[in-house]
Amino acid sequence: MKNWNFVFAGFGGQGILFTGKVVAYTGLVDNREVSWLPSYGPEMRGGTANCSVCLSDTPIGSPLVLQPDAIVVMNKPSYDKFIGTVQPGGVAVIDSSLVEDRTDRQDITAVYTPATKLAQENGIPKLANLIMLGGLLKATGFTSMESVTAAVEKCVPPSKPELVALNMKAIALGESYVE
Amino acid sequence: MTDRVLMKGNEALAEAAIRAGCRHFFGYPITPQTELAAYMSKKMPKIGGTYLQAESEVAAINMVLGAASAGARVLTSSSSPGISLKTEGISYIAGSDLPCLIINVSRGGPGLGGIQPSQSDYWQATRALGHGDFFVLVFAPSTVQELVNMVFTAYDLAEKYRMPAMILSDGLLGQMMEPVSFPEASEVKPSEKPWALTGHQNKRPHNIVNSLYLKPEELEAKVLERFERYRQAEAAEQRYDEYCCDDAEYFITAFGASSRIAKSAVDLARAEGIKAGLIRPITLWPFPKDIIDRRTAQAKGFLSVEMSMGQMVDDVRLVVNGRVPVEFYGRTGGMVPTPQDVAAKLKEMAGGAK
Repeated sequence: MKNWNFVFAGFGGQGILFTGKVVAYTGLVDNREVSWLPSYGPEMRGGTANCSVCLSDTPIGSPLVLQPDAIVVMNKPSYDKFIGTVQPGGVAVIDSSLVEDRTDRQDITAVYTPATKLAQENGIPKLANLIMLGGLLKATGFTSMESVTAAVEKCVPPSKPELVALNMKAIALGESYVE
Repeated sequence: MTDRVLMKGNEALAEAAIRAGCRHFFGYPITPQTELAAYMSKKMPKIGGTYLQAESEVAAINMVLGAASAGARVLTSSSSPGISLKTEGISYIAGSDLPCLIINVSRGGPGLGGIQPSQSDYWQATRALGHGDFFVLVFAPSTVQELVNMVFTAYDLAEKYRMPAMILSDGLLGQMMEPVSFPEASEVKPSEKPWALTGHQNKRPHNIVNSLYLKPEELEAKVLERFERYRQAEAAEQRYDEYCCDDAEYFITAFGASSRIAKSAVDLARAEGIKAGLIRPITLWPFPKDIIDRRTAQAKGFLSVEMSMGQMVDDVRLVVNGRVPVEFYGRTGGMVPTPQDVAAKLKEMAGGAK
């Protein structure tokens, strides 16, 4: 399988770190090497949050991703910060309900998914992050839907099993969305 | 071993300590170490252990001294400024010949510094964890799994040599998640501790734990006896890992988080035809002198890569002793070097790509 270096970025409270954790868990399910590294600092709800996730078939060196193969960005500051860092040939999944910009980079695949709007319209307002994950999965094929399902099952707290189906609904929405 | 789960380095350290038989944790909160204490506060009450948030770092380390005197497997954790506060107590513990485990999830300094990862406590860990003639065992893991494994080793060796052990982690290893599995608790066998203060019940001579010796002859004899144990540890416990060293001409030395970056840099340099290798000290004290000495024979140069202004590089220079150039590359203050920058430095040392 291809090695992937991802950056997930947005506001604190959007579930950015959780999305990265689901992706990291797919690596565990697929029996790959995995790292997940959050930005940390004097951060709060509404502040910026991001994390680096690496999936690899060999032991991971630096867990800090500076030139990602793909990014998922869910606000304008994150778009501005990371759009220029994507490797040529890479992928950017952008929440177009929160970011109005359209990149002029021709060497990457930009996917515009209005995740926050879709989440509200579908009665899952807190799951825009997983709609974005569906968009990432479709654009990159970094793993299988089976592995994503298994990862979601591991990441959802055991006390709230009903969230698995809702999370999977959000991922399916993101995967099937056509601009 | 348990199934692999994803865990933060800090939480994995806490779980490992519990599985290694630690039932006493004394600490005081500080970023980027807090998840470790938080994990202990949740778990310890459920397993009959003690989690105590002390009124200060100084109090916490003296509670460690107390629990260690009774022969318990005890842990305290902090980050750089908090470790500085603990050094008085660490010196007392060393002077009392007690085993314990201290974890430093280090951050940028000096002073309050910052909260991002750093390795600028190398000198403190290996030279000056308090006043007086003494050393502590210092372990520098570079993955979350190794953090876990080192907890067991650190307790075992601390008890074997009757000296404190430190795990020198950093904010990067503490905050990152990686897959990890744990040994079963039943595999752990803490050593016998006939010196422990457990109550003699008139059945044996009473034990004394003390670091005060007012007669200089007695104190000197005590220190000499302790240094004999240090000599044995230096001979038997040097630990390291090598990567691409067999045919290497340029050796990076790096520990912990920076060794991961260095490993990526070795791959980049190799892709340009430079015969680079990595020697990763796993124990910082005892420093793995022997392997560096051996590799010096084939080396054209060493490059110490650290998240500091250059501290371990001194130990490399002491071993290499002028036989080949020893250079340094680092970032400090919480900045993390990139593999590209390290590879560029290697290329410069090698006189360009081959």
